[in-house]
Amino acid sequence: MESNLALDVENLTKYYNGFLAVDHIRFQVKSGEVFGFLGPNGAGKTTTIRMLCGLLTPSEGRASVMGFDIQKETVESKRQIGVVPEISNLYEELTSFENLVFMGQLYGVPKNQRKKRSEELIQLVRLEAKRDIPFSGLSKGMKRSLTIAAALVHDPPLIFLDEPTSGLDVGSARNLRTMIRQLNGRGTTIFLTTHNIEEANHLCHRIAVLVKGKIIAVDTPEALKKSVQGKSMVEFGMENPNLPDLLDSIKAFDSVDTVNRRQDHFVIGFKGGPPWGSFLLYLQERGVSVTSINTLQPTLEDAFVKITGLDREMMMIEKEGKKG
Amino acid sequence: MALSKELKAIYFISLKDIKSYYFKPPNISWGIIFPMAMALAFYLRNPVGMKDLIPGLLGMTILFGSTSMEAVVITFERRLGSFERLLLAPVSLEGVLMGKIVGGAFFGFIVSCAVLVASLFFFSFPNFNLVLLIPSLVLSSMAFSTLGGFISVAVKEVFEAQTLANLFRFPMIFLSGVFIPIETLPLPVQVISYLLPLTYSVESLRNSLLSHYSSFPAWASLLILAVFSSLLYWASVRVLRKRLG
Repeated sequence: MESNLALDVENLTKYYNGFLAVDHIRFQVKSGEVFGFLGPNGAGKTTTIRMLCGLLTPSEGRASVMGFDIQKETVESKRQIGVVPEISNLYEELTSFENLVFMGQLYGVPKNQRKKRSEELIQLVRLEAKRDIPFSGLSKGMKRSLTIAAALVHDPPLIFLDEPTSGLDVGSARNLRTMIRQLNGRGTTIFLTTHNIEEANHLCHRIAVLVKGKIIAVDTPEALKKSVQGKSMVEFGMENPNLPDLLDSIKAFDSVDTVNRRQDHFVIGFKGGPPWGSFLLYLQERGVSVTSINTLQPTLEDAFVKITGLDREMMMIEKEGKKG
Repeated sequence: MALSKELKAIYFISLKDIKSYYFKPPNISWGIIFPMAMALAFYLRNPVGMKDLIPGLLGMTILFGSTSMEAVVITFERRLGSFERLLLAPVSLEGVLMGKIVGGAFFGFIVSCAVLVASLFFFSFPNFNLVLLIPSLVLSSMAFSTLGGFISVAVKEVFEAQTLANLFRFPMIFLSGVFIPIETLPLPVQVISYLLPLTYSVESLRNSLLSHYSSFPAWASLLILAVFSSLLYWASVRVLRKRLG
């Protein structure tokens, strides 16, 4: 194993009563990287993270965390990581400060440093005013911040963040992303699972795309976007977007590859360069008035849709479901 | 070094539980008042030999003190998700479970000591044997706390844990020689009695306080309590490991 690897995963597999949740996945994460694990709900992201954290026993395969085998050296590998689970799960009855001190005790932080470290982390996550408030009395965003602080109490070289901004308001999510960048800036390796493509795009050095338990792509966000550059994406604003069968009519046009409706706009992917004249004429013949045209650069979402084969509408439904 | 870290983690898990759950009024009342009320009820019905009830009262106090919270604590924390924090920490599953059990055992030991001290004010025990009493209290506390731990990992819901705990506890009160001597029970019932840990707890406590009443060698009772604790602990680890996947 290379010495600068934070994570080395080989053929990791998990079956739940015969159901294959994670299917022989293989990847490596370098020290200092922000590595994104992107996939729709039920893709196996959380199962993977739970195996890597020692919460689930893999059915097959192996993985090492900072050089420690997760099955043979479980306790030592757990000492190398901080984990922020999808649900903020500190002790409800303990105050913010007590929770951090307790985590320090569990992770073997020396007694003379425990309280100082807890105070520092409370400042880092800006919860000074909530220091002596029980965890149960904190808002969702504050709970999330304190759970991150708890994962940092022993200053681990690798942090797992499972859907860190899920369910947070815009401000809290932004603060959290800033914190992730700061942590990474200090050399901490971040393993981030998310279904939020833009979050992965902005935070991650590399992204693995997981679908139905399988990794189907691992690359930088830019390289993933390039994979869809053969296609031209154009956004059309239309005066009368609710014409019957409009979507089907557009799809029926020869060089149209994909069509997605976003409110009053249609985002249309053309095979090769858009045939402007013939396409605008085609729309005009069907009574459509075009009000605006914008050519679009491919986004990570485009790449994700292409790689996973997921329908954009389904993705929107998933996102909404996740928020709810 | 690794053992020292594990032992420290066990200590902190139990200390946290003791502070958070055990020394709280509802738990103290369940651990002390319920066994006292039961003993008083029996005494009022048959007001001779209250002194003879003391070992049984102590056994009951340990049973209820150790299991009342222990039997629900893991289920409760698993429901809330906070148990996962312990599983994520660099501690073995065995260590996490031991931390939980030690917390319950410590509380059972302390409440039984409180009942013992109160008993010493009212009764004299000429055959008082402290050397035997302390291991009797400690092993009884461990056996019942491990029983609570086993119940706690065996079920999914808190109400199931409470129901299952009572299913074990209430028959034990009447079958383990707390109020009714085992020798006076029908033979098939006696067989059941000798399968229950409270029987050996009461026997060893009787040996410690009223040695002339005992029908069972003290060392055998202590050994059986240790075996009960070990078996239940082993079973709890296996069940929990299976439940976690």
